[in-house]
Amino acid sequence: MATDLSLNFEATELRLGPPGNGDSAGKGIGKRGFSETVDLKLNLMEPAPLDVPASTVKDTGVDLTEKLRGSNAVADPAKPPAHKAQVVGWPPVRSFRRNMLATQSSKGNNRSEEGEKNAGATYVKVSMDGAPYLRKVDLNMYKSYQDLSNSLEKMFSCFTMGQCGSQGINFLNESKLMDLLNGSEYVPTYEDRDGDWMLVGDVPWEMFVDSCRRLRIMKGSEAIGLAPRAVEKCKNRS
Amino acid sequence: MTHDQPSAMSIDSDDNAPPDPSPAASAVGSTKQRPDLQAAFTDDVLESVLRFVTHRRDRNAVSLVSQAWYKVEARTRSEVFIGNCYAIEPERVAERFDRVRTLVLKGKPRFADFDLVPHNWGAHFSPWVRAIAQRGFQWLERVSLKRMSVTDEDIGVLARVFPGFKELSLVCCDGFSTKGLAVLAGGCRQLRGLELIEDDVVDDGVDWLACFPETTTSLVSLCFDCVECAVNFDALESLVARSRSLKKLTLNRHVSVGQLQRLMLRAPQLTHLGTGSFSPDPNAPDQEVDLVSAFNACKFLHCLSGFREILAEYLPAISPVCANLTSLNLSLADITAAELEAIVFQCHKLQLLWVLDSVRDRGLQAVASTCKDLRDLRVFPVDPREDSEGGVTEVGLVAISEGCRKLQSILYFCQQMTNAAVVTMSRNCSELTVFRLCIMGRHRPDHVTGEPMDEGFGAIVRYCKKLTRLAVSGLLTDRAFMNIGMYGKTVQTLSVAFAGDSDMALKYVLEGCPNLQKLEIRDSPFGDAGLLSGVHHYCNMRFLWMSSCRLTMSGCQEVARSLPHLVVEVIREREEQGDDDSVEKLYLYRSVSGPRNDAPPFVSIM
Repeated sequence: MATDLSLNFEATELRLGPPGNGDSAGKGIGKRGFSETVDLKLNLMEPAPLDVPASTVKDTGVDLTEKLRGSNAVADPAKPPAHKAQVVGWPPVRSFRRNMLATQSSKGNNRSEEGEKNAGATYVKVSMDGAPYLRKVDLNMYKSYQDLSNSLEKMFSCFTMGQCGSQGINFLNESKLMDLLNGSEYVPTYEDRDGDWMLVGDVPWEMFVDSCRRLRIMKGSEAIGLAPRAVEKCKNRS
Repeated sequence: MTHDQPSAMSIDSDDNAPPDPSPAASAVGSTKQRPDLQAAFTDDVLESVLRFVTHRRDRNAVSLVSQAWYKVEARTRSEVFIGNCYAIEPERVAERFDRVRTLVLKGKPRFADFDLVPHNWGAHFSPWVRAIAQRGFQWLERVSLKRMSVTDEDIGVLARVFPGFKELSLVCCDGFSTKGLAVLAGGCRQLRGLELIEDDVVDDGVDWLACFPETTTSLVSLCFDCVECAVNFDALESLVARSRSLKKLTLNRHVSVGQLQRLMLRAPQLTHLGTGSFSPDPNAPDQEVDLVSAFNACKFLHCLSGFREILAEYLPAISPVCANLTSLNLSLADITAAELEAIVFQCHKLQLLWVLDSVRDRGLQAVASTCKDLRDLRVFPVDPREDSEGGVTEVGLVAISEGCRKLQSILYFCQQMTNAAVVTMSRNCSELTVFRLCIMGRHRPDHVTGEPMDEGFGAIVRYCKKLTRLAVSGLLTDRAFMNIGMYGKTVQTLSVAFAGDSDMALKYVLEGCPNLQKLEIRDSPFGDAGLLSGVHHYCNMRFLWMSSCRLTMSGCQEVARSLPHLVVEVIREREEQGDDDSVEKLYLYRSVSGPRNDAPPFVSIM
């Protein structure tokens, strides 16, 4: 533990991701970037991700490896049926109501639109545990999970750095450091149309954009089943 | 009285009868044969008795007895209802009913709501307001308009000319702006009610809320949720504070949840509330709002609507009023099943519920398990496109039918349905008077059996003995219409779209449904033969609308020739039609005033 206390900035940097011996350059110890959590196309660093609570957050018991492979294999999202020409005044929803719902969606309330690329915006709120305010992103601006993760990292890096700044360096208290390490594993989750909280990255990107209503970058300790494991890992590391 | 006598219309109709009683009726009241009647039925006596006759159909019958009775009835009628503003000239109404307190007018056909009636088609309120202003109408207190074009000047006349004017209700109207509202607010000292529902109000930048008198007002009802302009909140708050009688308040989306809370605390006597945006002020998103106390304070609230840009976290705040809630309109709130459950499980007294299909079948199951008193259910689509995913299915429909046995009215948008589910509803919900099912994909069959939806709708007309209004959808053959003609004896309003195989379908309905008043048809393969099969009945109806069917000019002209009291309008929008005999849109209605004089160029009257 002693040696690790000379942690440089990066090492204590609160990154988004589960623990692990992150060894890609510049990523620091133990914290995988958001991108690595969710970008299924990258080789995952170590088996550790498979223990990530995805299987506990929302899983019917299917081995996560299977799922990841399966998802990787799915190249295309479900193709929508051939698009019929829209007929005037059909379905018979009053223009008044149509306009109201359209205004809502453009204002950023989450509505998913089936199949085709949404011509308008699909704004979703992004919250990160511990951050003082939320952000909003337009999911249509991104083409992939990687894209989204890069943007989110930039967006929330100020919080992680800030938090470090005020607590990290001067911070020698062992239990508080443990907290930091425990709580510093961020798991990206999202609420889908049914109101259930899911792990980001399981479904193809387009399907995710369709069903995602909001994003929450959760502290690992909040994600079920993660905390004990994290503590273990920290102990092992030190 | 034969069918083509104008007076016959009044008995079957909702509209005001033309004045001339038949000779037979006059004889009844004639004092030559019955001198004893002259003594018994003086005008005063008759007036007192007639006060108890309220329904317009009864009043129409009374007016036919004799000239004397006609005059007394006209003097004592308090509400005049005109179901089609073109059925009679305003001057005739003004002349006959000069003491009326309430005027109710309906204008454009309902398909105007779906952009099928061109802009500027008509239904102007101006000739009406002019006619009644000229005749005095000193007693006028209430005007209620639906689908009419109303100008700011018209509203100005109402505010200035009629000393007792108290209530204005505009539903699905257009043509006016915030300027008109300002004139009404400022000019009408005794205003009790201003109800604007789904109107298209032009934003003139006028701060109309600030125009109400500075003293206490008599306002009982203020509904402006459809007014899209920003509001001066201070003026609104002050207005609510000095309107001690205010019971109904529906706010527009510019009122944030924090402002809502303040208003509720000012008006704890409210019974009806439209909540506005139900989300935080965009300039102060993290502001803490104690909504629960506000709802706790409003102990008389039983009707909620609004939730225009709802932040779902706030919804549970309505819990204090749920136990007493009879009406809940969440039809602009994109919420999940779980979010609905959190409140609906407490709403045991709910009679009216409007929701979006975002609540899914699961949400409807929750409703079915709790709301045993439900009478009116509407499920609207979040994504109102033909090929959208659709949130609810036959599962939700069956659940509702099993849980809500007292259901009277249902409007259900879905993408898939089965005959079995519709049949189940027909057996479970015997109180149904309104059944409107909209399967959004055109020509969709039963998604399990692949059969047309004939059986389901057949069961509805067969087993729902009180059915007065029906809207059909999905894949339907002539057989469905045969069933409607055979069993739909109480049906008054029928909406048909993308259905049927041939003219026989239309014939079945027109020959089989004696109470049919309003028939609206679009995109169905019905031609002149079908149209002509209804000639015996059109004068008993309020209107017939047919668009994108297979009608021709000759067919429409023949109908017009056979029925002189019918106005047959052909609407042609596309200029390249030229000599083409086909008719894109037909709108026919009975009238005692002949062809209207304000028809725009794209309307031809046969």
